[in-house]
Amino acid sequence: MVKVENISKAFKKMQALNDVSFHAEKGELFGIIGPDGAGKTTLFRIMTTLTIPDNGTVLINNRSIFTDYMEIRKNIGYMPGRFALYQDLTVEENLNFFASVFNTTIEENYHLVKGIYSHIAPFKNRKAGKLSGGMKQKLALSCALIHKPEVLFLDEPTTGVDPVSRKEFWDMLYDLKNIGITIIVSTPYMDEASRCDRIALIKNGVFIDVDTPENIINNFNQTLIALKADNMRQLLKDVRKCSQIKSAFAFGAEIHAVIDSDDYINDINNQLKSLNHKNIEIYRISPAIEDCYIWSR
Amino acid sequence: MLKFLLEKEFKQFMRNPVMPRMVLIMPLVMMIVFPLATNRQVQDITISIVDNDKSQYSMELVNKITSSGYFILSDYSSNYSNALKSVEKGDAYIILEIEKGFEKNIVKEGSANVIISANAVDIFKGSVGASYLSNIIYDYSLELQEKLAFINTSPAINIIPLNEFNQTLNYKNFMIPAIMVMLVTMITCFLPTLNIVSEKEKGTMEQINVTPVNKFIFILSKLIPYLIMGIIVFTICIIIAKFLYHLDAKGGILSLYIFTLVYVFVSSGLGLIISNYSYSMQQAMFVMFFFVMILFFMSNLFTPVAYMPEWGQAIAAFNPLKYYGHAVRSIYLKGAVFSDMYRELIILGIFAVVLNILAVISYKKNE
Repeated sequence: MVKVENISKAFKKMQALNDVSFHAEKGELFGIIGPDGAGKTTLFRIMTTLTIPDNGTVLINNRSIFTDYMEIRKNIGYMPGRFALYQDLTVEENLNFFASVFNTTIEENYHLVKGIYSHIAPFKNRKAGKLSGGMKQKLALSCALIHKPEVLFLDEPTTGVDPVSRKEFWDMLYDLKNIGITIIVSTPYMDEASRCDRIALIKNGVFIDVDTPENIINNFNQTLIALKADNMRQLLKDVRKCSQIKSAFAFGAEIHAVIDSDDYINDINNQLKSLNHKNIEIYRISPAIEDCYIWSR
Repeated sequence: MLKFLLEKEFKQFMRNPVMPRMVLIMPLVMMIVFPLATNRQVQDITISIVDNDKSQYSMELVNKITSSGYFILSDYSSNYSNALKSVEKGDAYIILEIEKGFEKNIVKEGSANVIISANAVDIFKGSVGASYLSNIIYDYSLELQEKLAFINTSPAINIIPLNEFNQTLNYKNFMIPAIMVMLVTMITCFLPTLNIVSEKEKGTMEQINVTPVNKFIFILSKLIPYLIMGIIVFTICIIIAKFLYHLDAKGGILSLYIFTLVYVFVSSGLGLIISNYSYSMQQAMFVMFFFVMILFFMSNLFTPVAYMPEWGQAIAAFNPLKYYGHAVRSIYLKGAVFSDMYRELIILGIFAVVLNILAVISYKKNE
C-alpha cells in the first residue's frame, strides 16, 4: 500500500533523510519511532506530497508522488504534528469544510468517524481553538478521516497529550486498522512502539531497523542488566569505566548496561563495591524497544 | 470547490471581531477626517503691519488687506524689529512695512515702496501668503492709478488667473481622489497577503495542500473576498465624496470602476508576490509597508511627479499607483473618461498581467 524506496532529502548541508526504504501493507499499523530531529516529519511531508525528495520514490497504492500526486491527495488523510485546523471555525464547521473540499459530506462517511467524533459532538458549536488538547486531536483525526482515505498519515499524534488520552487514541487507531485503513504513525515515545504491527527505528535520517516490535526485541542478542545504588550519578560514571560493560545509559531510576554474558555480573558487583558504592543491586532484565534503540547507535 | 472555500473565507472574516468593522471605519475616517484635517488652503495668515506713514492711503491699504479674508491683523508694530519679535513669538506670520512718506511719494512721484517679509519655515504658507499680499497691493495700486488718473503708467498686460479643473483651488478636491486610491491599495494588497501568510503561520495551509484543492483555486478564494471589499470601500468613498464634499466624478462613475477593477489585480498581484516570500506576519507586514510607502510617495498623490528630479521620475514610471492615481484624479477633476486615459489603462493592464505572472512563478518556486 505504501512503498517508500531509497528516499533521501537534504536541506542545505543538513542530510535530513538518507536512503530510507520501507513497505507497509494494507491494513497495517506502521510506526516510525525516533527522537525529535530524526527526520520523521520530513519523511511524512514527502509521503504526503508536500515535499519533493532529492532521491528515491514513494508509491501510495501504486500511485507515484511525482506524477499522481493529485490522485494521492484525494485518497490519503494527513494529520500534521501541529494542530492545523481553523481555530476560528467551530468543530462542526471544520469537519464540514474538510468533507466538502474532498467532495463528500459528513453524512456519507459518518460511520468512519462516529467512534471518534461522538466524543466531541457535544461541543460541535464550540470554536476549534477553544477545545482542549485531547479534543483537538480527536477533531483533527476526524477531519483527516472524513473522506474515507486509504492511508492515514499521523505525524506525532500523541505528543503533548495526557496518558489517558494517549491510550484512548491508540484504541481508536486499532478500530480504524480493523476496518482496513492503512496507518502510518510516528512517535517519539518508545513505549508506544509495541502497539504497532511493525516499526521502523529512525535515527539521524537513517532507518536503523524495520521489523515487528517482538522481532526487534528478540534480535537483541546481548545481555542487558539493570543497576542501582545509593549514589546513582557516581554509579553511572564508574559503570562506564568497567571493562566488561559495552554500553551504559540512565533509564528511569536505573542504569541499563549491555554486557556479553551473565558471568560478568558478580565481577562488576565486586568492582563497584571496591569503589565504595552502597546498596548495589544488579539483575538481568529483558530489553525494551528503547534499549534496542539506544544500543543500536 | 471555490464555493466552499469562499464560504469559509467569508465566515472567518465576518466572525472576526475587528475586521468587518474596520472595513467600514477605515474609509469613513480617512474620507471624513483627513481631507478636513490635512488642509493646505492658506488662509487666516496673521500679519503684523509697520505703518511708518499713517496716512489716508496707507490706512486704505491696510483696510483692503484685512478685509480680504486671507489675513488677520495681529498687531501694529512701531518698527520692523518689534514686528519681527511678534513673528518670533508666533503671533504673526508675515510683516508688511509701509515706508514713511508713502502717500506723498505716490502723489508726487507716482510710486512708493512697501516691504513684505514672510516666515518661510513653512515654504508653502510663506510663499503663498506673500504672493496673496502682493496681489492685494497690486490691486490697490491699480485702483490708485485710476483714481489719480496717471497717464501712460497703466500696465500693458493685465493678468487674470483662472484655475482650470479646480476653480476654487480647493485642496480637498485634490486630496480626496488620492485618499480613495490609497484605501483601495491598502485593502486589496494588505488583506489577502496577510490572510495567506497567517494560514502559512498557523499550518492550515499545509493541511489544505494535502487536499485536492487546487493551488490556483485556493489563491482565488483569498483574492475574491478582498477584491469585493476593495470595490465596496471604493463605493463608500464615492458616496462620501458626493454627499459630504459635493465632489462628483466628472468623467463618470463607470470610468472610475473600470480603472479600479484593473488596479485591484495589480495591487493584489504585488501582495501575492510578497506573501510567497513571507514566512511570518511580521515580515510580510514590514515588507508591505516598505512597498506601500514607495507606491504612495513616488506617485502623484502628494507631490506631482513632474516636480521630481529625473531619476525620481524614472522610479515613478514603474509605480502603478502613479497611473491609477492620475486616472482617478483626472476623472474626478478634469472629467476624463477612460477613452481619454487609454494609455494609463493599458499600462495598468500590463502591470496586472506581469505582477500576477511573477506571483505564479514565485509561488511555484517556493513549493
